[in-house]
Amino acid sequence: MTEPVLELKSLSKSFGGLHAVRGVSLQVMPGDRKAIIGPNGAGKTTLFNVVTGVLPATSGEVRLFGENITGWAPHRRTAAGMARTFQITSLFPGLTVLDNVLLAIGGVRKMKFVMWRFLSSYRDLYEKARGLLEKAGYWDRRDLEVRNLSHGEQRQIEIILGLASDPKILLLDEPAAGLASGESREMAEFLKRLDSSLAILLIEHDMDVVFDIAEHISVLHFGELVEEGPTEKIRASDRVQQIYLGTG
Amino acid sequence: MKSRRNILIVIAALLALAIITPFSSSYVITLITHALVFAILAMSLDLLLGYTGLPSLGQAAYLGMGAYLTAILASNYGFGLGWSFWAVILLGMLLGAATAAFFGLFAIRATGVYFLMITLALGMCVWGLAYRWNSLTGGDNGINLPPRPEFGISLANDVTFFYVVFGFFVFTLATLYVLVRSPFGRTLEGIRERELRMRILGYNTWLHKYIAYIIAGAFGGLAGVLWAQMNGLVSPEDVILTTSVDALLMVVLGGPGTLVGGAIGAAVVTFLRDYLSTLVHWWQYVLGGVYVLTILYLPGGLIGIPERVRNWRVRRGRKAAVPSH
Repeated sequence: MTEPVLELKSLSKSFGGLHAVRGVSLQVMPGDRKAIIGPNGAGKTTLFNVVTGVLPATSGEVRLFGENITGWAPHRRTAAGMARTFQITSLFPGLTVLDNVLLAIGGVRKMKFVMWRFLSSYRDLYEKARGLLEKAGYWDRRDLEVRNLSHGEQRQIEIILGLASDPKILLLDEPAAGLASGESREMAEFLKRLDSSLAILLIEHDMDVVFDIAEHISVLHFGELVEEGPTEKIRASDRVQQIYLGTG
Repeated sequence: MKSRRNILIVIAALLALAIITPFSSSYVITLITHALVFAILAMSLDLLLGYTGLPSLGQAAYLGMGAYLTAILASNYGFGLGWSFWAVILLGMLLGAATAAFFGLFAIRATGVYFLMITLALGMCVWGLAYRWNSLTGGDNGINLPPRPEFGISLANDVTFFYVVFGFFVFTLATLYVLVRSPFGRTLEGIRERELRMRILGYNTWLHKYIAYIIAGAFGGLAGVLWAQMNGLVSPEDVILTTSVDALLMVVLGGPGTLVGGAIGAAVVTFLRDYLSTLVHWWQYVLGGVYVLTILYLPGGLIGIPERVRNWRVRRGRKAAVPSH
């Protein structure tokens, strides 16, 4: 049996008396496409923040390739193969598209501490950025400042930045947030084109995107996983309908 | 291509300064040297404020460290008056860096206004030491330095001293320019734009800010050594909050995140302060007015003026073109 890329063992996070995440256990295998759904305030983004180390866990474990990384700082997790995107677009607004991607690539390289050489002299870095941007169709717009792009385009750059560190697992926090339905279909296509060996864990409200991408869905409700299973099963589940329609 | 043109403009301006200055009156030479020393301080601060987004209100502390070191070594031990001047330069930078390394442990944890407050408090600590530690610093009276160093060339000659300071200014500008264009320098801009994202991308942002803070401290120390030699007197007046505020305003006035902007700001402030104050007693209103107008109408600083003019002309050109259709 292969080792899971990411494993959560009864992971919890409390803010004082508020138990935002309660005993969540989850396994993500290489190449898995899993989604976590749940109504607003279910604790999805908090869960992501704990998994990526932005917030410390109250109890439980996060394991990356079998190694316990629960207390690690975010930058170490990235170096170990984890990447994430943000629900609220978190790009470098005053920098160009190319500079955004260059920073994202540099994050896991030693040269980030070099002070005596121009960044522009690193050919391999530029080639890599070019590859990423050409694949996504942004190479011709590389010199535009990111703040001048449309919201939909910024959402895509958000994912390109996530991919730049060559992660083994990508955590996507509502990639389709704020997108029009045509744009979110485009986003789903974009995500489906990603390397099939890359494991993806996705939080999303847009059910079309979730059903399109994920093979397996976990439902989070008041910080707890209440249902999980293959996409078809969740789609048909009465419990999930209740949670979303408010009678649960 | 645009950056190559800008570099050429800066080199031309520096050459012009180096050629014209010796023919000026001795008062103007002193004024320019004064401005260059503060330009070094302003550029060191710009690394923090303009590139990393850390508004430090304690940059005078490092200037003070360099200045007091120079004064104490020279007046108590007669050190640094010959070739050892270069050793003092090095020691001043090291002391500035070491002080920043210590202060950084407290300051770098904070951001925004809190960073401002902590650096202000740390700066006041240095001022307090300078003011109270009578036996070492001479207290309120400060320390008078012996005549400027002599090693083949005599720095007591104002033109020679100008060229030495000019050399250090160019050295600082070039070093910091390479630094901000380096991979490390670009990470500072990333931290300025969005620190959380940088952490998620794999950067230990604390370490990057800490290193930048130490480098800024080193160049602050360099400015201090030169300031002590320039002024011939080091007193608590030099490390008081006003000096830190001045440095901050120089950067904001000239244009943060440009290095050269800090130098322009230093020139404008120094000339207004030293020259205008000999002409009119209400010169401070002029300085205040310049600050307010810059912040209101030129958020990019004085260095943003050419760009604004260009945009304005393009817009006017377009407007003029519309009716003909």
